[in-house]
Amino acid sequence: MKPFDYVRPATLAEAVAAAAVPGAAYLAAGTNLIDLMKDRIATPSRLVDLTRLPGLDQIEDLPDGGVRIGALVRNADLAQDPGFVRRFPAVAEALLSGASAQLRNVATVGGNLMQRTRCAYFYDPASACNKRTPGAGCDAQDGESRLGAVLGWSEHCIATHPSDFCVPLVALDAVVEIEGPAGRRALPLDQFHLLPGTTPERETALAPGELIVAVRLAPEAAGFADHARYLKLRERTSYAFALVSAAAALRFDGERIAEARLALGGVALKPWRAREAEAVLAGEAPSPALFARAAEAALATARPSGDNAVKIELARRILMRTLTLAAAGTPVPLPALPGSPFAAVPGAARHV
Amino acid sequence: MTPTITLTVNGEARTVALGDPRVTLLDLLREHLDLTGTKKGCDRGQCGACTVMVDGRRINSCLALAIAHDGAEVLTIEGLARGAELHPVQAAFIAHDGFQCGFCTPGQIMSAVGLIAEGQAGEDAERIREGMSGNLCRCGAYAGIVEAVQDAARSIDNANRKHVA
Repeated sequence: MKPFDYVRPATLAEAVAAAAVPGAAYLAAGTNLIDLMKDRIATPSRLVDLTRLPGLDQIEDLPDGGVRIGALVRNADLAQDPGFVRRFPAVAEALLSGASAQLRNVATVGGNLMQRTRCAYFYDPASACNKRTPGAGCDAQDGESRLGAVLGWSEHCIATHPSDFCVPLVALDAVVEIEGPAGRRALPLDQFHLLPGTTPERETALAPGELIVAVRLAPEAAGFADHARYLKLRERTSYAFALVSAAAALRFDGERIAEARLALGGVALKPWRAREAEAVLAGEAPSPALFARAAEAALATARPSGDNAVKIELARRILMRTLTLAAAGTPVPLPALPGSPFAAVPGAARHV
Repeated sequence: MTPTITLTVNGEARTVALGDPRVTLLDLLREHLDLTGTKKGCDRGQCGACTVMVDGRRINSCLALAIAHDGAEVLTIEGLARGAELHPVQAAFIAHDGFQCGFCTPGQIMSAVGLIAEGQAGEDAERIREGMSGNLCRCGAYAGIVEAVQDAARSIDNANRKHVA
């Protein structure tokens, strides 16, 4: 690790002031940042430790029926909060499908949004990476592209965002509360992570010195609780990043889908909201043919960024399966293997 | 900020002059306090060998900066037994052959202690496997580990669960 100053502010205002120097970085649990610092992928000259700031570790029920999740709430605490799980089960399932219990015990809500890509070429200092060194090139393009994007990528970067948590959040129109030198603002999560374009080194909409203080879900987001799932295809049964993943949340009016919220993970440098597919589902009765049409719509603009065309088909299939399981109803309690795509589909032959 | 911290390790207050804010909690335990039971495997939060309990929760000590844990209460494998009497999880690992080479074992045992304290898995083998997935065992002693955790979970009743650590 490169040497750094360590600062532990007592208030949010002190934190913002302490981070005003060039090279400063905010530290929460550090489960991603410390890892990156050990390999000198991240080289902050000052760490501003946020973990003792008061008031950021609460899960608050808002008067309008929504919820406000403080940026320092631990992943494990949010995923096991009974009121939160009941109203936002797909978010809890996504959290529990990510990382390991040890990491979820410390990793925070804000840190999850801020985690960097897991692209192997970003992690390898010997490889060219436009994120690490703008203009250096992208060795991932001709390399091992299994974790590469199939939506929204550019010739400058084919990395994906690794978060599970963000996928159902973006489907449910989560809003990020941001504090910074210019005061407080709110931004839809869908606009928080940036696609690479020509500037893959710019990863989020945060201005220098800004930090996340909370994530909010509106009361409407709880209206999908009876039919909400997150499924994640990975190369191990547990403790692995997604090859592809999907969140599906359905609100029924009788036998028909009144409203659908869909998002994909592992396919782009941001959690990928699939609005075209949502439009296909609205007002229709659920059926395999309908779900196949929705999956076609969700991946209509997908194209491989390397030897990863298979991910387009995998994404279609994970979305169809997630829709099928969401339509069947949210399981209570959550499955023993959260996010597993190998659970039996009701009414179908069991196959894994 | 002075790089000296005070924390409680296995019930004992310890004051440590870190000398450098880069010291991880794992290195503090091993290099500064000579508590080498906690192992350094990958040093990247991927293998679980460094698992310890901090303020009652299992964490990867390799990804924790020691300076950020000033005032914390830490429990390591050295603090589990009561004299000659093994902790129920330790005894269960021996009874069920939950290890071969032993390198991952302190992390496995501390993780199991954390899992049982969390109370989410009970004796369900699938939930135990999922809950222990952050601890790798390259000898492949997983079958014995799952049995040991089931056995320990049985022997630590619900009333005592919060005091398991």
